[in-house]
Amino acid sequence: MLRKIGFYCGIGFLTLFSIVPLLWALITVFKRNSDMYSVGTVPFFYNEPPTLEHVVFLFTESNFGLFLQNSAIVGIFVVLITMVLSIPAAFSLARLTGSWGERSGMAIFLVYLIPPSLLFIPMYQIVVWLGIANTIWSLVIVLPTITVPFCTWLLLGFFRSVPRSLDEAAMLDGCGQFTTFYRVLLPQVWPGVGACAVFAFSLSLGNYIYAATFITRSAARTLSAGVPTELIRGDVFFWPELMAATLVVAIPLAIVYGLFFNYLVGGFKNAT
Amino acid sequence: MTVLTLRALEKHYGSIKAVDHVDLQLESGEFMAILGPSGSGKSTLMRLVAGLEPPTSGDIIVDGQSVVNVPPQHRNVAMVFQSFALYPHMTVRDNILFPLVSRKVPKQEHEARLQKATSMLGVENLLDRRPSRLSGGQQQRVALARALVRDPELFVFDEPLSALDAQIRSRARAELRELHDQTRITTLYVTHDQVEAMGLADRVAVINEGRLHQVGTPQELYNDPADLFVAGFIGNPPMNLIPLDETMVAGLRPEHMLVDPEEDVPDLLIDLAVTIEHIEYLGSEWLAHGQARAVTSNGQQLHVIARLPASAHPGLVSGQECRMVGQRKDVCLFDRASGKRQVQAEVPA
Amino acid sequence: MSTQQRSGVGPPRGRLRRIGAWLDQPKVLAWLMLGPAVLYVIAFVGFPFLLAIALSMSDATIGDPSLDTFVGLDNFKAVIQTDAFKLALRNSLIVTAGTLGLVLVLATLASELLVHAFRGKRLFQMIFILPWALPVSLTAIVWMWFLDSTFSPVDWVLVKLNLLGPGGVWGPFKHMYFLGNEWLGLASVIVTDTWRMLPLATIIVLAARMSIPEERFEQARVDGAGVFRILFRITLPALKPMLIVAILFTGLLVIGEMSLVQLLTRGGPGHSTQVLPYWAYLKGIQGGSLAQGAAITLFLFPFLLVASVLALRAAYRSQEA
Repeated sequence: MLRKIGFYCGIGFLTLFSIVPLLWALITVFKRNSDMYSVGTVPFFYNEPPTLEHVVFLFTESNFGLFLQNSAIVGIFVVLITMVLSIPAAFSLARLTGSWGERSGMAIFLVYLIPPSLLFIPMYQIVVWLGIANTIWSLVIVLPTITVPFCTWLLLGFFRSVPRSLDEAAMLDGCGQFTTFYRVLLPQVWPGVGACAVFAFSLSLGNYIYAATFITRSAARTLSAGVPTELIRGDVFFWPELMAATLVVAIPLAIVYGLFFNYLVGGFKNAT
Repeated sequence: MTVLTLRALEKHYGSIKAVDHVDLQLESGEFMAILGPSGSGKSTLMRLVAGLEPPTSGDIIVDGQSVVNVPPQHRNVAMVFQSFALYPHMTVRDNILFPLVSRKVPKQEHEARLQKATSMLGVENLLDRRPSRLSGGQQQRVALARALVRDPELFVFDEPLSALDAQIRSRARAELRELHDQTRITTLYVTHDQVEAMGLADRVAVINEGRLHQVGTPQELYNDPADLFVAGFIGNPPMNLIPLDETMVAGLRPEHMLVDPEEDVPDLLIDLAVTIEHIEYLGSEWLAHGQARAVTSNGQQLHVIARLPASAHPGLVSGQECRMVGQRKDVCLFDRASGKRQVQAEVPA
Repeated sequence: MSTQQRSGVGPPRGRLRRIGAWLDQPKVLAWLMLGPAVLYVIAFVGFPFLLAIALSMSDATIGDPSLDTFVGLDNFKAVIQTDAFKLALRNSLIVTAGTLGLVLVLATLASELLVHAFRGKRLFQMIFILPWALPVSLTAIVWMWFLDSTFSPVDWVLVKLNLLGPGGVWGPFKHMYFLGNEWLGLASVIVTDTWRMLPLATIIVLAARMSIPEERFEQARVDGAGVFRILFRITLPALKPMLIVAILFTGLLVIGEMSLVQLLTRGGPGHSTQVLPYWAYLKGIQGGSLAQGAAITLFLFPFLLVASVLALRAAYRSQEA
């Protein structure tokens, strides 16, 4: 009984910790300005009737729709590039390169250790040289530097967890190395590929430092750098619009990530 | 006709010789077992034949052609793995057809071959299931069907019964032999279980520490072991190995060990005073374990076993003193230093 | 079986087939498949990394980004002497350490809960992962509004509880000004960082927690171990390798993030809540001194490298044990 109470106290605490700031955001979205900025009323209630004007403003009077679109395009391209580079690399390290490939987990991790905060200044120069500054392609080219090492590392664990007798059976059945890879091994690691796609998308969406450094043109910005600059003008904060932007992004993604939760956990199970 | 020839085959891992100068021939239609304890090199030998690992030196000849430089996908060797290695993402049908698809066998042949293989193994009604939904016995049959479907030159089995429950293992063994009698596909069967090897194979190759000790029919191995290793490995319980003098060791099967003989036994070679340690009742027979006194030159005690028919209650109890004897005609003699069988040795009286 | 043609036996014939077979050799294929990723990493991680080192030893600016003047370690010397750098270094360490402490405790707790089945677990997972679904900058904005100097609901609750306001325990003011003061500002950054990192850290720890066999806990219970003994003697030792992985992931993401501070406190008041990446951004991009910015970002690298290698080796070793 005591255990049960303790258990639900823990669940309750974590739920509140995760959701309270966002509940506050949700209340704010539908508040009229006069209600929001009034002192002396209970801030959690609608002392004036709720309104949709801020949501409408967000989608019609700001570049938010463009940010959403840019972020989605960048995210999808980053996921694709990441998969194209890291799935073969992970297979190669797990099965083809022999003993040093097996010890490569740590080396990949070290690449991941060189963080964006260290690279953003030279990376800005490279982006300028390539002539893609101020376009979303700068992010498409550069963000895989974060996701490729990470996903290769995760996928390496997945490939290693597939029994070798499966490869050997495939070879005896007439497959070459490459056919073995895509006919037999790849189907075993699809859950890992799915988890990696989610991780890669989330990392690409969340990155701020490159997004803020490479792109200064509002229409080319992504969510992470666009929303703060577009809806904070000097000292004027468009609070309900900011909150609406946040929730429009967070809620659908949380549902998707939540459904993937067990796969994401599984992604790390084979990792070390 | 010789299907498989191994010539001076060697495989080294660093300084370890996993396979040490192996010569072996398999005749067409033959069922040969490779028998050895774990770590004896039998699995490595099998992987060399299948092409999963390259040999350090020596030659592997299939149907008169050396295949040492041929990768596994171009050798026509089918293998059944210990874990069965069925593809989890494919149905049973796709699993069985996979070798045909990979080897680009014309599509119109698929259905007939599938039918033949599945009916032979009785898995026709499992075709649309996934491997994870099959029992161990069913998985084994599907793995066999997958190996069979492409009409291989050589079958290689890697302990295919060890993943099965004890109850169905003996039936699976019988079915495996029946399957071989039907198809007559040349088979190399790797196992550490002598009951499997002796029961299934036409000939058995005993391997230890990478070297072949003896190749022969089960009867030859049992009655005429070529050396001390085979003598001590084959048979359950194995031969009693009794040192005679500085140079000779006598081998005597437990069933030839006579306990307290009532009549005079002619031509005795072994005559031991034994203290009984314990008696095992095995249903069809008794095993009497004892400690023989003062037989070896250095005074070491010697463990001996006698097998007695169940009908004759031995009336022995632990601690009892008794006599165990063996006749010259039942004894195999071995050279103590080399371990080799001595057929025409002068036996000390 | 009938004697059909034995297709695919022997080496392949024909030119295309031969090329295919050559490409399919393990050694060739290994490089074909690994090559693109390696080239990409060399071009977009290795090269910029070297460029960062070159920049930090030059006098490059945004207006004149050429690397023609070598100034040795002058940039490092100049940067290290400023108060802003010292504060930024201190704060980066405080924020990272504080966040790691909180995240590890909460992630262990959360994984202990999530390993069990309970009603509404799916919904809980979605709520729990919410913070991770947000880009960091939007997280910062949510917390900025949540901790607003005038309209923070936290202040309002504290006033109602008589902890704030006239006659309140914490003073007569009606507002905490969470983001307007050095230590509360840092604490706010730590709580926000904890909030956003907790889901990822929990996923990592939970992966390790789920691979501990249940028998081990049953054995411990049979042996008479209580809840805390089980936690400290059974659970935590088994989690250790993945806790280290979680520390590395969380720590790197926290120490390299600038947008939280940029938005929440703007590094102020003064430079009292400044952190290294934001200071590098201000110096290098906004201030135009690429060289000094690069020097700031490079400063931590040797320490991160040594700490990470040691941590990873510890993780691999404790896993083998």
